[in-house]
Amino acid sequence: MRVPISWLNDFVDVSDISADELAERLTLAGLEVTAIERVGDWWDPERIRVGQVLRVEPHPNADRLVLATVDYGAGEPLTVVTGAPNVRPGMKVAFATAGATIINGYSEAREKMVLKPATIRGVRSEGMVLSERELGLSDEHEGILELEPEAPVGTPLRDWLGDTVLEIDILPNIARCMNILGVAREVATLYRRPLRYPPTEWEETGDPIEGKVEIEIQDPRRCHRFVAALIMGVTIGPSPAWMQRRLRLAGMRPINNVVDITNYVMLEVGEPLHAFDYDKLVERARRTGRETPKIIMRQAREGETLVTLDGVERHLTPDDILVTDTAGILSIAGIMGGAETEVTEATRNVLLEAASWDYISIRRTSRRLGIFSEAAARFSRGVHPALALVGDRRAARLMHELAGGTIADGMADNYPAPPPAVTVEFDLDFGERLLGMALDEDEVVDILTRLEFAVERKGDRRLLVTQPDHRLDIHGPADIAEEVARIVGLDKLPSTLMADELPPLRTDRLRELEETVRDLLVNAGLQEIISYALTTPEAEARLRLDGTPRPESEYVRLVNPSSSERRVMRRTLLVSLVEALQRNLTHHDRVAIFEIGRAYLPKPGQQLPDEQLRLGIAVTGPARPPSWLEPQPPHADFFDLKGVIEALCRHLHVAERVRFVPAEHPSLQPGRTAAVELDGRRIGVVGELHPLVREANDLPDRRIAVAEIELQPLLEAVPPTYQVEPVPRYPAIIEDIAVLVPEHTPAADVEAVIREAGGELLRYVELFDVYRGDPLPPGQKSLAYRLHYQAPDRTLTDEEAAQIRGRIVEALRQRLGATIRGAG
Amino acid sequence: MRAELETLKSEALQALEHVQNSKQLAEWRSRFLGKRGALTQLMRRMGQVPPEERPAVGRLANEIKQALEAAYAERAEAIRRAELEETLQRDAVDVTLPGRPPAMGRLHPSTRTLREIERIFADLGFQVYRARDVELDEYNFQLLNIPPHHPARDMQDTFYVDDGGDSESRTVLLRTHTSPGQIHAMREFAAMNPDDPPPVRIILPGMCYRHEQITARSEIQFHQVEGLAVGRRITMADLKGTIEYFVRRMFGPERQLRFRASHFPFTEPSAEVDMDCMLCQGKGCRVCKYTGWLEIMGCGMVHPNVLRNGGYDPERYTGFAFGMGPERIAMLKYGIEDIRYFWQNDLRFLEQF
Repeated sequence: MRVPISWLNDFVDVSDISADELAERLTLAGLEVTAIERVGDWWDPERIRVGQVLRVEPHPNADRLVLATVDYGAGEPLTVVTGAPNVRPGMKVAFATAGATIINGYSEAREKMVLKPATIRGVRSEGMVLSERELGLSDEHEGILELEPEAPVGTPLRDWLGDTVLEIDILPNIARCMNILGVAREVATLYRRPLRYPPTEWEETGDPIEGKVEIEIQDPRRCHRFVAALIMGVTIGPSPAWMQRRLRLAGMRPINNVVDITNYVMLEVGEPLHAFDYDKLVERARRTGRETPKIIMRQAREGETLVTLDGVERHLTPDDILVTDTAGILSIAGIMGGAETEVTEATRNVLLEAASWDYISIRRTSRRLGIFSEAAARFSRGVHPALALVGDRRAARLMHELAGGTIADGMADNYPAPPPAVTVEFDLDFGERLLGMALDEDEVVDILTRLEFAVERKGDRRLLVTQPDHRLDIHGPADIAEEVARIVGLDKLPSTLMADELPPLRTDRLRELEETVRDLLVNAGLQEIISYALTTPEAEARLRLDGTPRPESEYVRLVNPSSSERRVMRRTLLVSLVEALQRNLTHHDRVAIFEIGRAYLPKPGQQLPDEQLRLGIAVTGPARPPSWLEPQPPHADFFDLKGVIEALCRHLHVAERVRFVPAEHPSLQPGRTAAVELDGRRIGVVGELHPLVREANDLPDRRIAVAEIELQPLLEAVPPTYQVEPVPRYPAIIEDIAVLVPEHTPAADVEAVIREAGGELLRYVELFDVYRGDPLPPGQKSLAYRLHYQAPDRTLTDEEAAQIRGRIVEALRQRLGATIRGAG
Repeated sequence: MRAELETLKSEALQALEHVQNSKQLAEWRSRFLGKRGALTQLMRRMGQVPPEERPAVGRLANEIKQALEAAYAERAEAIRRAELEETLQRDAVDVTLPGRPPAMGRLHPSTRTLREIERIFADLGFQVYRARDVELDEYNFQLLNIPPHHPARDMQDTFYVDDGGDSESRTVLLRTHTSPGQIHAMREFAAMNPDDPPPVRIILPGMCYRHEQITARSEIQFHQVEGLAVGRRITMADLKGTIEYFVRRMFGPERQLRFRASHFPFTEPSAEVDMDCMLCQGKGCRVCKYTGWLEIMGCGMVHPNVLRNGGYDPERYTGFAFGMGPERIAMLKYGIEDIRYFWQNDLRFLEQF
């Protein structure tokens, strides 16, 4: 909300407080000042002054231009050329002399320029009468700015028109401050100064309002109060310059005096108002056979429409609450009026509405229709029904004062169910226990009283506190504590560390292990990534050879995605890895990345999906970073990635329980894909992306190894602790054997046989070479193993080693049909 | 014979002076001291020496042999050193050439920041508590004192999940903050002893989602870390002290803090915490929008309704809560200007950490 300080000063004296200080205090008290705008601070006091037009004469050489002679208080009056349609003798204007900096009214970017003397169609012009745009006040450039008649000629414009505007971010709990008076009340409390109220009284009144209008509330749940005042005999015209200026500073456009007054009062006291042309209401009443209008507040019916003030036809639903009469709809309550009964130039008599609505209803209608009017902004945050009367009285008085109307005696006020007063018992000891600071009863009473709470001392440091009738946010003692804390200032709170007892220890072992996995993978040279959890079924379909998307029902699907590219929660981390590969392979040759994140799998018949923690890895490009020492390192493939997973499992002490078995996967190349099994249960897959899948995802034509593994079962398998073996004290006997087996025999089987046959004294088995081709027969491969035989308690003899070896060779022969190369 | 020996000695020593490398040295050795070398040849003629002179000549020959061996050893050492010197010179490299690059992995900046936050709060006795991403409206809003159509819902535009219901009765959503975890955690702790629930001191890290347009300043997903302390003697002054401790450890002991009143539906009183801008030292710059302050977290005393919903009687218990965004903290700390960098996974960004 925009708060001009000059306006604020009407209600609380802030003339001795700088804008910066005021902004700081308000901000700390919960009214965050997001900007301080200094209007006119750049206007040159010497060259931009209040002027008065003395004469207006036709331009000798141009029909559309005139010559205006302006007295500007310094030196002789100057004659300038202007095209402004509204210039007339006697008017007070903003006048600039040559050398003044103004905004170029014809520049799109609103750049500043220095005014130079010019000759326009043969007439010398040494100055300029200024529009609002040229002063940076608004975009208005049709005519020149007219100042109040009382503006003193020659005064620097900066002193007359300059102002400072505080931009305040109004949070929902301080909706009561969405008006100047509300902010003034806070300032008055913070600075302990008196608050002055705007006048809402008048002396002379016209005929009584009785019999002129009838008010019926059919939906009291949504319309809490409806007040109407009748002002007869107004003269529609522009509102006074001071009012127009304040409206503009507050961010609203002046229209005419009656409409401006409704807006002004809304900004001033916070009650949105609506002015109806009373004669049109009477005319509509007569159409339906009535003498006087009857205003009816009711729920909208399905299919009803209304053309609002902005000329748009609005479709209504039973969610909406309407202001109607016997002839039909008048306005969408609290949001926007209808075009038919609006105030026009011809209006003479005004029915002034001030009402109170259920904020939830207004909020829903406003959101559905996309109308975020100033009225809707206030009503949708809640306006206390008591303000309806205040607002209507204030506006009626201004209409009497500024539009020459006579106020009918009394007001039509339908107030079916005034809300009960909210009274809270506030125990100062509770306040101290909550805040951790000492509270003085007199100070607390003073603060609450200044905020207009009714406070009754109950003794024993207990207060009975009643919410004032401009706010709706008090429910319990914590709310009172907040009022006290923010006015005293949170900077006055001491800083302490908790003295309370410690909570029971509750560890999350899987989370700790998850961090261990991150560290291990980083140590293995992989970069961690974090991706969007949102994707599309199509993106996931491109990962599969068949390419058909899963039905959307198999996804956690957003009903209101903000982008069509992010509309379902991913079911696989592969989709994120591929997206990261696509992004990086244009500028990175080597990509080695991992993500630990969730896959979201809906569970039939359940509201919430399974959120499965997974590990995804992708490796492609040079296995090692290339350099001048090794310009072309070997290309990473399946085995690089498998090596990472094996190392991970070893470090987690689960290697014994994990197996890699040949498998198939819709994204991966057959024959280069393995399932990762934990105790025989498949928990993941590792392999190389299928060439067609690479193609479908615009990935380069080269090997890309990927893996996706469920983390929870893997981490749950990690033993809570493990035993370390002593370092061997006796030497090992090391020997190599080359095992010749058919091509299709898995190496894992060969190793398993070796280990089993080797027994406890076979301490170490390492496959160090795989060979095919000459002189081996076709269809055969040779696997060369290095074996370490070692006993913990003695040096093994050659005979013992030969025995073990014999057992291994025999087992390989019998179980796998293997022969041993180049050895006995 | 004596003369011949003396001649041999001087000839050998002279020759040794011309020996330049190990090859020549070997030749010299074989020529003078070898099995068929000059000295051996000469000694073979010892028979020709008269017997009475033999001991003296023999002694002389021995002395000469030892002298030549010593000279040889000295020369050999000198040549070995010279040759090593030469080898080392040949072995020299251009040390300004780049080294062999190891393959280094790195943690994502959000992980790094989360860990740093978790570590600091762990020192204050806060335990990590995790909860789900896909949540019920009840936990994300209603139990946190945000009823349907509450204005505070405007502050957190929400992604709703299609649960087959109509638009008015959506019950499943992507959590907009980690606060639903407050309810889960309090209920879990309270269940341990419903009549006299134990204190709670947790932090809740996790990914949150908001219905936004993705721009340099706003994202549809982001991490949040919330803290929650509930007990019989928890005060707002404790909240202030806890946050000051955190900020000074995270950003440096010289940081100044400002607590200003604010509003969150689930805390009362509520506050925003501003830290003096570390880029301009509070003087005002583009990053702090010329205010000198950076907003770093929201906090407050747990609302009585929230305590009650968690199973804690607000008459007996108080609590505080706070929440912050690790990405925002990382942006401030590392001068990152575009929040989109975090999930784009561009290695040119990630490799800078």
